[in-house]
Amino acid sequence: MTTTSETSTRIRSRWAPYVTTVRYLVLFALVCVFLIPVYVLLVTAMKDPAQVSPSRMWNLPDSFSVDTFGEVWPTLEPGFRNSVLMALPASIISSLLGAANGFVLAKWRFPGADVVFPLILFGMFIPYQAILIPMRELLTDWNMVGGLSGLILVHIIYGLPITTLIFRSYFVTISDELIDSAQVDGAGMIRTLVFVALPIALPAFAVAVIWQFTSAWNDFLFGLVLTSTDSWPVTVALNNIAGGQVVPFHEAMAAALLASIPTLLVYVLMGRFFMRGLMAGALKG
Amino acid sequence: MVSSLRRKGMALAAVVAAASLALASCGDDDDGGDEPAGGDTGQASTEFEFFSWWTGAGDSEGKQALLDLFAEQNPDVEITDAAVAGGAGTNAQAVLTTRLQAGDPPDSYQRHVGAELQPDIEAGLVEDLTWLYDEEGWRDVFPQDMLDLITVDDRIYSVPVNIHRSNLLWYNPAVLAEAGITAPPTSWDEFLQQAATLEAAGKIPLTIGPSWTQKHLLENVLLGELGAEAYSGLWDGSTDWESSEVVAALDTFTEVLSHSNLGEAAADWQPAIDPIIEGDAAYNVMGDWANTYFATAQGLAFETEYGVTTSPGTEGIFNFLSDSFTLPEGAPHRDLAIEWLRLAGSQEGQDTFNPIKGSIPARTDADPALYTDYLAMPLTDWNDPEIELVGSLAHGVVAGGAFNTDIDSALGEFVASGDSAQFASAVKEAYEANQ
Amino acid sequence: MLRIRKWGPAALLVAPSLVAIGVFVYGFLGWNLRVSLSDWRGLRATYDFAGLDNYRRLAGDTRFIDGVQNVVVFTVVFVAGTLIFGFLLALLLERGIRGEAFFRTVFLFPMAISFIATAIIWRWLMSNASGAQETGLNKLFDSVGLGFLANDWFKADSYWAVASVAIAAGWALVGYIMALFLAGMRGVSDDLREAARVDGASEAKAFWHVIRPMLLPVVMSAIVILAHISLKTFDLIYAMDAKSRKIETPALYMWFTTFEGLNFSIGAAIATLLVLGIALVIVPYIWYSVRSERRR
Repeated sequence: MTTTSETSTRIRSRWAPYVTTVRYLVLFALVCVFLIPVYVLLVTAMKDPAQVSPSRMWNLPDSFSVDTFGEVWPTLEPGFRNSVLMALPASIISSLLGAANGFVLAKWRFPGADVVFPLILFGMFIPYQAILIPMRELLTDWNMVGGLSGLILVHIIYGLPITTLIFRSYFVTISDELIDSAQVDGAGMIRTLVFVALPIALPAFAVAVIWQFTSAWNDFLFGLVLTSTDSWPVTVALNNIAGGQVVPFHEAMAAALLASIPTLLVYVLMGRFFMRGLMAGALKG
Repeated sequence: MVSSLRRKGMALAAVVAAASLALASCGDDDDGGDEPAGGDTGQASTEFEFFSWWTGAGDSEGKQALLDLFAEQNPDVEITDAAVAGGAGTNAQAVLTTRLQAGDPPDSYQRHVGAELQPDIEAGLVEDLTWLYDEEGWRDVFPQDMLDLITVDDRIYSVPVNIHRSNLLWYNPAVLAEAGITAPPTSWDEFLQQAATLEAAGKIPLTIGPSWTQKHLLENVLLGELGAEAYSGLWDGSTDWESSEVVAALDTFTEVLSHSNLGEAAADWQPAIDPIIEGDAAYNVMGDWANTYFATAQGLAFETEYGVTTSPGTEGIFNFLSDSFTLPEGAPHRDLAIEWLRLAGSQEGQDTFNPIKGSIPARTDADPALYTDYLAMPLTDWNDPEIELVGSLAHGVVAGGAFNTDIDSALGEFVASGDSAQFASAVKEAYEANQ
Repeated sequence: MLRIRKWGPAALLVAPSLVAIGVFVYGFLGWNLRVSLSDWRGLRATYDFAGLDNYRRLAGDTRFIDGVQNVVVFTVVFVAGTLIFGFLLALLLERGIRGEAFFRTVFLFPMAISFIATAIIWRWLMSNASGAQETGLNKLFDSVGLGFLANDWFKADSYWAVASVAIAAGWALVGYIMALFLAGMRGVSDDLREAARVDGASEAKAFWHVIRPMLLPVVMSAIVILAHISLKTFDLIYAMDAKSRKIETPALYMWFTTFEGLNFSIGAAIATLLVLGIALVIVPYIWYSVRSERRR
């Protein structure tokens, strides 16, 4: 972030101060627009149930209360734990496999690699609703439904196209010499991958993990179909609060906010690597 | 294809599953063994899973009361309440379908009585319960009309636990008084006259919600205009959809809708009722789950703050729907599932469940003291031998999922275009296709 | 022998992923295709061959055709809108803004909220109720004197209704696209900028020099990301107004016809057409990018 401000100070015109001011004004205006829904979320979550009604949507609560968060937490908590147990391995394993694929497809092109890559990539576009029945059938045969194992497996698999894309794009930008020199040293492919490629691929990891964590965490359909009550992810628990016949809006909003905290934490914690990963070419088609 | 998938799968399982299994071997997919159907003599099960879409207010409390009673009677059993919310039951339906297809049914699941259960019976997914009816003497306590309806080829496959009424008109007495209307309408013609008065007074005559509430209104306009016999004939082929009477009734529906807030239709049935509570609208046609919303969720007083009567033209008719529980073929804990069904069909079970759920028992020997305020009305009518019983369209009694989905498609167009003749022929075609 | 030693480990490393994708993507798609050519209705699976009957039926099904129209409008508005706004946000943040990390996090935040919750908020915000029931954005517009902006949103009586859903989807994803553009702009080396300036190009021109080369690849990858989300936008529409014909897409129709109507063969036919539709857009792109890489 600081590296670029240096360049900007060098490029300067007499309009620059005005431009900067306008830019800040526009940015703040946009932030306000962006946060309108978040305002509604927050304000509604802190209202007394009796004050929650569509006509009073914009009003601040008479008294701010965080009780609702406490009320929904017991319902959400088991799902929260399950989602952590599910999304962490799902995103990490999928990223590791994606790294291996990306490395091979970028640097170790075996015959047919140019066919294999599009075949993997196309997996991204499969409509999930259409394949629930064979998926459930297969995983029932493997004894992987009910708990989290089946859910983790499908998130790993359906994450592969995008993680492979991310790492392949990233490794393409890494110079061949680095890989070659490792080989001259006598390192095999696996060793080159583990000791040379992976350590420099941290930014790509950030991009892959952020994407995978977000989609696994926010998935509803697979969680619904593949897990039993004890192993429900947080989105199913959230849906049971927010998707029922009578929606208690204050509870729905509080639950939605709580359920988004882990993803937000991932963004904040990995934000720096995330930008570096994107800059380094990850995700450049 | 599926078998080849399985074979390929085994190779994959070895490679990929190992890693994820190691990380999360917390699955509790207990299959419960292969206890043969009919083998009541095996060891007593210690787990029981009941599957439903009851998660909302009223629904979930009623179910919980019944599950609690079951837990009391079976103290060593671990009970799983697999309830899935959302999409007016469609989410639950999707989960259940994938489970049934995969041969992994729960111990008992919820289905609407009537046509909705038909595919399960045809596919051999539910066990014949006729013996249970004989053993428990249920043939004497359920109304004959109900028994006729649930009997398929001399067999009965589910246990009805409750009765909801569909043909009801909810209103705000204060709004009527303000507009100078003395009583709710007894025919749709009268409604249309009142609608003009109400609109002149700045009130919305009728509120409406998402598409299924429009279908709910449609069935009750048809019922009110055609009468019980012709209405029932729509679902067994004896009433011609393209007849002038039916088309005229459909035109009435269009006209009724034109006096509703269709353009601003609410997202669900509760927000559709809100304008009535707030005094901006007069009427809403909804089943009696609405009573729970008025009385419990909003805390309003029956008859003074909100009122209800049979929907226009349906006096003396009971348009019903009912939830029932099943015994799936291959239920992992069959012995407990049978105990559960015994409880659900018993007087104690039904009188525990229904007052909280906001419905009345399917049995005729309920304790009337438990059903007060609004619930006294359907209880009296249900047990009145003079009343004409018809089944609901929107809630799966007279039309199964396939026919209902076709009607949804045609209705979406009809509501937009108002072309009743086209709708009639589309439904007629769908009816024939679904025979 | 040498070849195997050289390619062996590489192939082995990719093999598990390939097998997994083979089963879970292509195996399931094959299953789906087979169901779409069958007469499976009801809860008992039947695979009797029915030829193209299901596809023929869909060709005359107005609900399906309306759905296709909706998904096209949705995709165009969502992809174009998100690209444009993502690019503008990136421009605003591009050169040294204090508190950039804060802005970035704010713009990324909506992505953290699940689509179900997003739909509930926006369903509320975009209510078209009038009079005493007025709420959401319409009420906000009215109260700040922008009443002319108030509209019927996703209940509008035109095929733009579904564009309102694209607003909600865009809100969720625009931060990500912004980050992509931002990274693209930063990825251009400083030397290049310097060179452009030394050549005597005006500031605006120099900037354009810097932007242009990165624009195409970023736009291309953004389109891939957005298009696949557009196809999968299911929960959002479902939770906003299920079964409303104004916003229903084939993905939802498929869901209802399969799981409510138990008409599995028609549902599978819709899914197959969805995949074919997306392939029409994506395969040329993949082909193009693989080819242009080879030329390099």
